[in-house]
Formats: sequence, C-alpha cells, structure tokens
Amino acid sequence: MTNTAEITEPREGHREVLESVVVRFAGDSGDGMQLTGSQFTLSTALAGNDLATFPDFPAEIRAPTGTTFGVSAFQINFGAREVMTAGDQPDVLVAMNSAALKVNLGNLRRGGLVIVDSGTFKERDLRKAGYDTNPLEDGSLDPYQVVEIDVSKMVVESVKEFGLGTRDALRCKNMWLLGLVYWLYGRDRQPSIDWLNNKFKAMPDVAAANVAALNAGHAYGETVELPGEILGYTVGPAKIDSGLYRNVAGAEALAWGLAAGTQLAELPMFFGSYPITPASSLLHTLARLKQFGITTFQAEDEIAAVCAAIGASYAGQIGVTSSSGPGIALKTEAIGLAIMVELPLVIVNSQRAGPSTGMPTKTEQSDLYQAVYGRNADSPLVVLASNGPGDCFYTAIEAVRLATKFMTPVMLLTDGYIANASEPWMIPDFSTFEKFPVKQHTEVDGFEPYNRDAETLARVWPVPGTPGLQHRVGGIEKDFTSGHISYDAENHQRMTDVRHAKIDNIANFIPEQAVDQGEAGGKLAIVGWGSTYGPISRAVSNMREQGRDVSHIHLRHIWPLPRNLGELLSSYDTVICPEMNNGQLSTVLRAEYLIDVRPLTKVEGMPFKIREIEAAIEAALDA
Amino acid sequence: MNQQAPIQYKPKDFATDQEVRWCPGCGDYAILKGVQKTLAEIGTAPEDEVFVSGIGCAARFPYYIETYGFHTIHGRAPAVATGVKLANPDLDVWLVSGDGDAMSIGGNHMMHLLRRNIDVNYLIFNNEIYGLTKGQYSPTSRLGTRSPSTPAGSIDAPVSACGLALGAGGRFVARGIDRGQKELPGILKSAHAHKGASFVEILQNCIVYNDGVFDGVVDKSVATEAQIHVKHGEPLRFGAENAKGLKFNAKAMRLEVVTVGEDGVTEDDIIVHDETNLALAQMLAAMDRPDFPVAVGVIYNNPADVTYDQAVHAQNASAKASAKITTIDQLLRSGATWQVD
Ligand SMILES: Cc1ncc(C[n+]2csc(CCOP(=O)(O)OP(=O)(O)O)c2C)c(N)n1
Ligand code: SF4
Ligand SMILES: [Mg+2]
Repeated sequence: MTNTAEITEPREGHREVLESVVVRFAGDSGDGMQLTGSQFTLSTALAGNDLATFPDFPAEIRAPTGTTFGVSAFQINFGAREVMTAGDQPDVLVAMNSAALKVNLGNLRRGGLVIVDSGTFKERDLRKAGYDTNPLEDGSLDPYQVVEIDVSKMVVESVKEFGLGTRDALRCKNMWLLGLVYWLYGRDRQPSIDWLNNKFKAMPDVAAANVAALNAGHAYGETVELPGEILGYTVGPAKIDSGLYRNVAGAEALAWGLAAGTQLAELPMFFGSYPITPASSLLHTLARLKQFGITTFQAEDEIAAVCAAIGASYAGQIGVTSSSGPGIALKTEAIGLAIMVELPLVIVNSQRAGPSTGMPTKTEQSDLYQAVYGRNADSPLVVLASNGPGDCFYTAIEAVRLATKFMTPVMLLTDGYIANASEPWMIPDFSTFEKFPVKQHTEVDGFEPYNRDAETLARVWPVPGTPGLQHRVGGIEKDFTSGHISYDAENHQRMTDVRHAKIDNIANFIPEQAVDQGEAGGKLAIVGWGSTYGPISRAVSNMREQGRDVSHIHLRHIWPLPRNLGELLSSYDTVICPEMNNGQLSTVLRAEYLIDVRPLTKVEGMPFKIREIEAAIEAALDA
Repeated sequence: MNQQAPIQYKPKDFATDQEVRWCPGCGDYAILKGVQKTLAEIGTAPEDEVFVSGIGCAARFPYYIETYGFHTIHGRAPAVATGVKLANPDLDVWLVSGDGDAMSIGGNHMMHLLRRNIDVNYLIFNNEIYGLTKGQYSPTSRLGTRSPSTPAGSIDAPVSACGLALGAGGRFVARGIDRGQKELPGILKSAHAHKGASFVEILQNCIVYNDGVFDGVVDKSVATEAQIHVKHGEPLRFGAENAKGLKFNAKAMRLEVVTVGEDGVTEDDIIVHDETNLALAQMLAAMDRPDFPVAVGVIYNNPADVTYDQAVHAQNASAKASAKITTIDQLLRSGATWQVD
C-alpha cells in the first residue's frame, strides 16, 4: 500500500540513543487518544522496552470538541531500564489540538518536544480553548522544541483517494500522528496495520484510510526535516526477566484473578454490580467470562448488587460485588449482614477521588478508613490492596482464598489508576497455582449452623438443598452455636469476641511482611500500600543507588496487618507513609503500633511523582 | 432419579422448635398456619425450600418454618432472594415482607424483582402499619391514619400493593386474607405453580397498632358484600346469594356493581374472570370500599415464556458451549503476547 508518491529519499543520519522517554498523547475525547496510546504501548512492548502507562480521561464523555474539559490524554514511560511509573514529567507532548496543548503544556519538561497540529490554532479554536493569543506566535512555546505541522490538512490529503468526507478523514488524525511518533522512535508499524485491518474488517475503506494516514505520518518523519534536526531516537531493549509477556490493565487482571480464584476454590462465582466509574470495567470484563462458571448480574443499585451476592453465597456460590467509594457506602449495611451470618463475600472497591461524587475519573486512595473501620458496630473484615495492574490477578485470588477459608467478607482495594493503567505482565503458569477446594458442610450429625473450625474459627457453610441441615440465619445477634436469636448479654460479648478473633487470627495464615527493597532496620523506611508502589519503588531505588539508607515496605494485607509488621517498623529510626489521601494508613499504623509514622499525603487526582518521594527521603535523612 | 414414593408431609413437619414471638392474636399466626399447610400440600422436600425475609414483625417468619431461612436486612429480601435463586434455580424460594419492608424501604427492589420475573413467591403481609417499630403509619396506611409519627392523621396518599405489583410488570398478582384459611392455601399453591415472580398481598390484622383496620372488608357481618372472590373462568359475582356482579361499562371504561335481575341486568352482562387479562386485573386490583367489593383470589396470572433465572442460565450455558477460551491459561494468553528471552 502506498500513498507516498511525492516523497523522495528518506533522510540520512543517526538516531540519538536515550535511556528512557515519557510521551504524552493528548487530544479531544473523541480523537481516539486511548486507542492511540494502547497501540503505541503494544509496539513499545514488542520492541523490548519496559514501560508503564497512565490513561487520563476527562469526566465528560463527549464534551464539546476543542474545549479544555474535553481533553483526554494517555501517557507512557518506556525505557531501556526498569520502568516503575508512567513518569513524573512528559518529555514529549503530542497535542492533537490547541485545547490539548493548553491543558498539558504546563507539565512538560522544559526543553521537551511539542508536536502540534497547527491546523487547530485558528481564531475560533483558540477562543474555545481559552487562549487570548496564539501560543504558536506569542513566544509561550520558546522554552520547548516545537514541531508545528498542519496535520489536519495533511491527513485530509493522505486519505483523499478513499472518498471519505472531511469529518471522517479528520478522524484518521490520530493515526497520522501515531505514524510520526513511530518514526521518531523507530517502531514497527505492522502490528498496528494488522490491528486496524482487523478492527475495521467490515469497513475496508475506513481501514485503508487509517493505514494510509499511519503510513503518511511515518513517511513525513522520514522525509521532512524536523526543527532542531531531529533524526529520531532509539530506546534500547530493557533487561527483563525471561518469559511470556502481555499488556494487562488492572480491571482485566482483577477479573481474571477472580475467575482463577473460583477455579482454585472449585466453586462457581456470582458477581453482582451496578455501573460506576472507575469500577464498571470489571463488570464488563466478567460479563464475557461466563464460561468460567461466572454469573454476572447488573442490579438496580449497589445495595441490591451486594445483597444478591450475599444471597448467592448463602446458596453456595462465591458472592462477589464491586463498586467505587459512593457505591461501597451504599453496600455498608449489607456487608454488616455478611459479617453477622459469616458468609464468604468479596467486595472490590476501585477507589476514586473525593467525598460524595468527587472526581469520578481521578484516582485516590482515600477509602482505607471506610474499608477498615467504616461500618456500624464492631464489624471486622479482611482488607487487601493491589499494588498495580498485574498484581490485581494475585490479590483477587488471595481475596477468594481468604473469603472462603474464613467465611468472611474481604474488601479488595484498587483505584482508578490501577484499574485503567496497563503494564507489561509476565504471564504465570496457572498449573503451578495451589488449589484451595472449598468444602461445604453436609454432615447432619451434630450439626449446628455456628459450629466453627477450631483452627480458623470459620463457621460451617451449610447450603440450602442439603438434606437435614435446614436452619435459620439472620442479622440479629445469634446464639454462639445454635444460631438462634439471642439477646443474651454475655452471648453478645462472646460473639463480638469471636468475630474479632477470627479476623485477627488470619494474620497467622498470611505471609509475614517482607521488605521490598533494603533490609530490616535502618534510618528510614518508606511504607506504602496500593498504587503508590511504582513511585515509591523507583524513588527508593534511586536513593539507594546514591548510597542512602532507606528501605521500601509495601503492604498487600491491610487488615489484619502482617503479624511481624509492628516489630519491623519499629526497627527504623523514621517511617514515612506516602499515600493519596489525608493520612489514613499512617493513622491506622499509629493506632496499632504507637509508632510515629509520618504521613506524606497528596490528593491531586494523580499518582505521586518519583521526585516528590525522593524529596521527602532526602529531607528526612538530611534533617 | 430414584423412584421412591414421595414423602407425605404434614403441616407440623414445617414447624420449628422456636417459640413464636408475635403478639397473641396477631394475624401472622394464621398466615403461618396457612403457609405450613400449603407446603405440606405442595410436597417439596423441606431442604429444597428457602424463606428469605427483610425486617419487621412479618419478616420474623423464617424462624418459624422448618426449611432453610434467611432473615436479612430491611427492604432487601428481594435482592437476596434473587441471588439465592440465580445461584440455585432448583430451590423453591419464598419471600416474606411487611408493607413497609416491601413498599417503603424496599420499593425499588420489589419493582425490579417483579419486572425481571424471577421465579420466586413474594408474600406481603399488609397490616397498613409499621408493627415492629411500634406503630408508625406505612405507605399503605389510609389517609388520616393516626400514629405516633402522624398524631394529626397521615396526609400522604397510600399505595395499592396489587396495583403497584401490576404496574411493575408482575405476572402473578393475588390477594388473600390472614383469617381466610380456606382460601389462602389455594392462592399460595397457585402462586407456587406460577413460573415467574408471584406476588401475594395478604391483608393482615395488627392487633396492637392497627386493630380492625380491615373490619370493613373481613368482618363476618360484611364479608359477603365487601369481598368478591375471583376465579378464572367464573363470573365475577358476590353478595348475598351471589346476587351482585361486576359489569363493564364500555362507554365510561370502568367497572360497575350491578344486581342480576334488576334494571334489565342479566347473567350475560356479568364479566367472566380472565386471569390473563391485564386491563381487567388492574381494574379488579383497584377496587376498594365503599363503592366496590375488595377482590380476593388470583387477580392476574399470565406467565411469561421464560423466567429471568431460566434466561440467565440459558445464557451461561450457551457461553460455555460456544467459548473459544475455556481455561485460565488460555485466558491469560489471549490477545497480543511476546516472548522475552
Ligand atoms: C435500615 C433500617 N431502617 C429502619 C429499621 C427499623 N424498622 C424495622 S422494621 C420497620 C418497619 C416494619 O414495618 P413492616 O415492614 O410493615 O412490617 P411489620 O412489622 O408491620 O410486619 C422499620 C422501620 C431497620 N431495621 N433497618
Ligand atoms: S405488633 Fe402487630 S404485626 Fe407485630 S406481632 Fe404484634 S400484632 Fe403482629
Ligand atoms: Mg406492616
């Protein structure tokens, strides 16, 4: 396929070699930025780089085109070394229109590269984007390297032969720019060409136009002299453990982990949910995995979703429900019921920013109190946290294991960042996973609904349909063994104690807390949980390379806490806890261990920057 | 399947060892008796029966029935029952709610259970009051009901349970009376036989907080005039010697109470009950004192071809049959992968 008739010889020259780069694609939400980003991610992974990505959606589905609140972005950090985060600051900004430039320029590294479509800087565009003067002319781009191309015009030209209207032609703009960026980093276009041909199988003209645009953008890079004599860059392959890899987003890995968990437990799963950002993708993914013995149910609200899951658990399946903070709040009373009747239940919270509706598309870790403490009365349950997209797979399996082994609700915390971000993931060999088949109770002799396992304190799981085990359970306080209604004072004390002891005792069935980097004891420990893993890990490794005495501890088990954690944290002079909330884990650790854990907090809807954590480490060690 | 003769159950096989804690004289006792009798007659094994309830006096019901029982939280029994039935469609699932539980806090779930048409039997004990919380007015309380929270009388219009159920798309709607022991088991058996969500409103006397609220309907002295017992295929007649009946006034599009033999009304003018007729069901459900008798019996029974639980399992089965990815290893390797050496 060729549409490059006018193009002459490719330019000669050498590509500059870089260790790592952060590229940010930004445009209108209708411009296909997430799709562009995921194609670039795939080609980057195939080129052997390590990488991390951060999709940054606007709250509006289709805000008016050309406005700043409709800007959608996708950031990728890739390198020849291990990459832990999507990058503090972009080195390259690809802006599909003036509004995208306006929103994203502020964060670009000084001296970084801006690629803009100069066709979107007409007076009307500027007005919509909120520019008083044209940034291409008023000197505001002077601190950067700027590549101005009238991409709109070039795209229309390059797809002319396919007979598309201007509007449809302009929809190929993202592919034109992707082609140019492919050239910039010496990427293979073929996987994206194959992908386009497959995606638009039913519309061959659209497929051909997109491929033509991709090729045209690439050809432009090859032939036209870019300012600053940019001759393209090379980012070498990273040293990566050998194995089979794929890209995986958190929501996907979580769904697969739940499916895997049900297989290991050898029980069907029931998933009840009500749509909410950013949790819906879990429902969408599981709805396509019914062949794994999974029933999905879109309920009328979050309360019905969790109640149906509890009903399914009562009837012998693994009940799972999922939401984000506001929806979890609605589920709270029902979670209390699951605690009372001691049934397995997995509750996934994909956290988002702010109280009430807050900022649905922005990430935060501020539901930790809600998870650990947020119910009426003394109502302990298990809380786990995933530290990144791929880790969701393992945490989901752990959630199913603990819920069924201990007959308890388990709250699994992820967040908007983890749910949407994707990362290369080494595919595990599932046959090596240890099964944990669940035994439901069938023995009639001596049966009481609150008989407990002496070791785990889990109550028996008698399932309707089993002859001879008819019994009644409910949310009213019940007798220690018979489960009959009991308002007896001593019995309530005893039941409260055993519910508490059952959860505490789980600490004996989870791994001791390991030190992720560094060693036990020393000047400083950074203790984190959830999606702060990437920036903490990179910051600590950078500081350790400089010879600083700092260690990284990252919690997966938030409640109960690992049994050695108190002692471990006490072995450092200083403990800092970075989290995307106002200091919630810090408070829990202080309360549990009477240790002066120092919070490092941030709630800006974005993950921590490596630099911010490095600065905190330096300040603590230099103090 | 083994060919053993089915066990003959007696009502007392469905009684538990629990002390029943309703107030003496509460209408719930009669309903309990009616349900136990019904279960014995249906003959399903007790281990295959599940009673799910919300919160309220009525919702204590599962503790007194020797089957599986789940006393859940206020208003949410329909949602819990949905999970039970979807997890195991072989179970006979019954729900018990009070009027507040079902139509106030749980109104949303009631509506969705009915429109989804999950194969469960939903019994509402309507005493037109909040019994358990000591007598506040409820969404079915008549205008002017004096209660601790409405000392000067309630001022909001009540909802009709059967009307609401029909409006929500319920395909089986019936009304019974706590003390109507002859009729209640029959209604409950029809509800059980209906595949899909079956809704049964049972007028229940709360002797403590709303005593006699249904006297104008159920008292022996008025019952023949105040009730009409609807039966599919039979003329809608009532009153002493069945003299009265319901006639459709086509011009005004409404029902009329007429007397056969008076004003030229003949037997032919009386509507024959067709339980599959939704428009008729809506008119029957809406009838109230003093202008009309209250309809008792199966008002509407029009099963759908498939119930929601059947459809869910059919989709699950077809996903299983047609899936290309059937193992976790295949799932993890689906899509683009690459080897790093
Ligand atoms: C979340 C919640 N809110 C309020 C209550 C208090 N409450 C318990 S039963 C009830 C109303 C019961 O009325 P109804 O459903 O008509 O049942 P009845 O007692 O009349 O049989 C209320 C308000 C509760 N248990 N839970
Ligand atoms: S308060 Fe009313 S409804 Fe409740 S048990 Fe007593 S009589 Fe029955
Ligand atoms: Mg009531």
